[in-house]
Amino acid sequence: MLDAYTLQTGTGFWDPVVWIVVFLVAFLIALAIWLLGEKEYPRDTQAVKPFLSGNVEPEKADVHMRAGNLYWGFTEAMKGYYSRLVPLHTGVLNDYVLWFLGVMALVFVIVGVAA
Amino acid sequence: MFFNLPFIVAALLVILGIITMLIKRNLIKMIMGLALVEAGVNLLLVSIGYRAGGIAPIFTSAPDGVMVMPTVQAMTLTNIVIGIATTALLLSFVMVIYRMYGTANAEKVRKLRG
Amino acid sequence: MMQELLLQNLPALLLAVPMLGAFATPLIGKASGGARNLWAVAIMLATLAVAVLLTAQVLSTGTVVYTFGAETPDLTVPADSGGIPIRIIFTVDAMGAFMALAASFVGLGVMLYSFASASRSTGQNGYYALLLLLVVGILGMVCTGDMFNFFVFLEINSLAGAALVASRVDKGVAVEAGLKYAVLSTLGGLLVLFAIALLYGQYGALNIAVIASRMLFTPLDQIALVMLLVALAMKAGAVPMHFWTPDAYSMAPSSITALLVVASQASLYGVFRVVFTLYGLTLEYATIGWIIIILGVLSMFVGVTMAIPQKDVKRLMAYHAVSQTGYMLLGVGVGLAVLGNQQLLDTYGVIAMEGGIFHIINHAMYKGLLFLTAGAIFYRTGTRNLNQLGGLGHSMKWTMVFFIIGALAIAGIPPFNGFASKLMIYESVFLFNPLLAIIAMVVSILTLASFVKVFHSIFMGPRLPEYADVREVPAPMIIGMALLSLLVILFGVFPQEVVDLLITPAAGALIDQGGYIASVLGGA
Repeated sequence: MLDAYTLQTGTGFWDPVVWIVVFLVAFLIALAIWLLGEKEYPRDTQAVKPFLSGNVEPEKADVHMRAGNLYWGFTEAMKGYYSRLVPLHTGVLNDYVLWFLGVMALVFVIVGVAA
Repeated sequence: MFFNLPFIVAALLVILGIITMLIKRNLIKMIMGLALVEAGVNLLLVSIGYRAGGIAPIFTSAPDGVMVMPTVQAMTLTNIVIGIATTALLLSFVMVIYRMYGTANAEKVRKLRG
Repeated sequence: MMQELLLQNLPALLLAVPMLGAFATPLIGKASGGARNLWAVAIMLATLAVAVLLTAQVLSTGTVVYTFGAETPDLTVPADSGGIPIRIIFTVDAMGAFMALAASFVGLGVMLYSFASASRSTGQNGYYALLLLLVVGILGMVCTGDMFNFFVFLEINSLAGAALVASRVDKGVAVEAGLKYAVLSTLGGLLVLFAIALLYGQYGALNIAVIASRMLFTPLDQIALVMLLVALAMKAGAVPMHFWTPDAYSMAPSSITALLVVASQASLYGVFRVVFTLYGLTLEYATIGWIIIILGVLSMFVGVTMAIPQKDVKRLMAYHAVSQTGYMLLGVGVGLAVLGNQQLLDTYGVIAMEGGIFHIINHAMYKGLLFLTAGAIFYRTGTRNLNQLGGLGHSMKWTMVFFIIGALAIAGIPPFNGFASKLMIYESVFLFNPLLAIIAMVVSILTLASFVKVFHSIFMGPRLPEYADVREVPAPMIIGMALLSLLVILFGVFPQEVVDLLITPAAGALIDQGGYIASVLGGA
């Protein structure tokens, strides 16, 4: 019945509809578990405030993790790669033209040798 | 040799234009290089259309002889028009850049990089 | 009668409608801004309708040929011309129709979105006129069967695109991006014309079908091939000629960036058209195939790794656009590399090409969507710097939902459309060369990682005081984004329908060089 929705990839297949059905079932189970939890808690007391070992909560803007701090480890580990790659993007128009024509010359050579 | 001369000149013009675009840092001069490339391509087009002894394809009181197929001439005219539009656009870009950055040096016009 | 006339002239109408729209827009804009907006969207709707009709026609009756200026549109070779098609001929096969459909659909989404996003800026008459001209350039490139005509539309595409990139001067930075884009695409365009001149000099024809039928692959043809291939690959943003892409994509207005993605893909279509239809089996398909594959792998890897450390959200997305173009080059390159071997072509070559072509339309949808969400964020916050953004999930819920859909689609997470096309590429490329498939998967993971960063830094976190009064964007922008995300989901849930309907005919049209020639020159 679901054959019509199955993507044939030559060697394999992929059926999004079945996937969605499974996903929905998993979601319903998760929802059921969530509904079993405690529904009532005192909302206007200390219970809703973050507990930071008794310290005062810092300003909202200070606790937000900014983008520049994300993947610091990744770029640090790949430093050897990035320190070579990023400077290539010089922003100088002459370099852009040079890369374009350089690739063209390279492909000329490859095609010429192959032929 | 003589009949190949236009092709050689066309190739030379294109190469000169490309070299200009590569070594000149002034944006205006780079656009001049681009115009040289364009001139070279136009010359190549026109020389491809040349037929020794051919006459212009105007049928009104045409003399006897082989008429030239005017396709490449039409292409050249189209490319000249496109070239004018492009050059005007590019030069106006450089004008704005010079006004805003205070320079038209390609090595200094690089706020976008990385 | 009227209907018949309309159906007969669809290829001409596909260009005539938006071109008329473009040049009438400033006139109507003189009278009233509201009327101009209505006019622009009506034109875009009409263009989409023509594209749909044309696609239906192509899919039901095969390649549609349209000869300009002939007594009947299918009279390709005049009786007294000695067997040469002298007029400009549009040859719309399944591949071209597919591209036209994708372009006009994205065009409609962009147009709706522009009502709100462009409403606060000056020079709107020119903006809408250039937008429609950009659409004309794209549609012309994918429909024409004439090399010189292709060049003309390529130039229309470049000029309109560059002018739009520079349109928000932005202290000159946008103009810098526009200049870089314009210089490179003009140089590329001139080299394309040089190659066309070389071909004309040898074969005395401009029609793709005629040149293809006479192709000898002489040294001059090889020079022309390299010029066409590299110049068009540069316009499509393949590494290492991608440097203009992040500049232009990040500085253009977001709505325009979504359309620039499609404009680049029209150049990609040019690459495919040149290698498959113009040269076909005469070229060294293994060598050229590997050149395209290597360009693709470089684009995928360099694109995604450059995206990760970016701080400007649109620049980051632009690098992802480079990276995704790599998938298309990889898929179709694998198909080209085995073009001469019917058995390998049947086993995985065709599937790889279908995956690459499917990725074109998927990419147009989800990348367009992502650029529109970036535009929505810029519209409300006035910054594109990821380090300054945060906590917008509280106030811009719709934008966040659309962003999630786009981000999951580009990372290849089921059930969105990116997964379907990537799966086709992975499985077929794995049979060709396992290493390539592994690189493709690693790139997909890095894409997801990079979009997790963007999602976190824009939408997550506490509501920030500086964005306390940020609200959801106006309705036209939401409609534009909703239109694209609807297709992202539909294509993801029913991939096989789309593949059967559009993709398989398109891949077949690219492979079937003889059919293309026969449709113009008559039965071969």
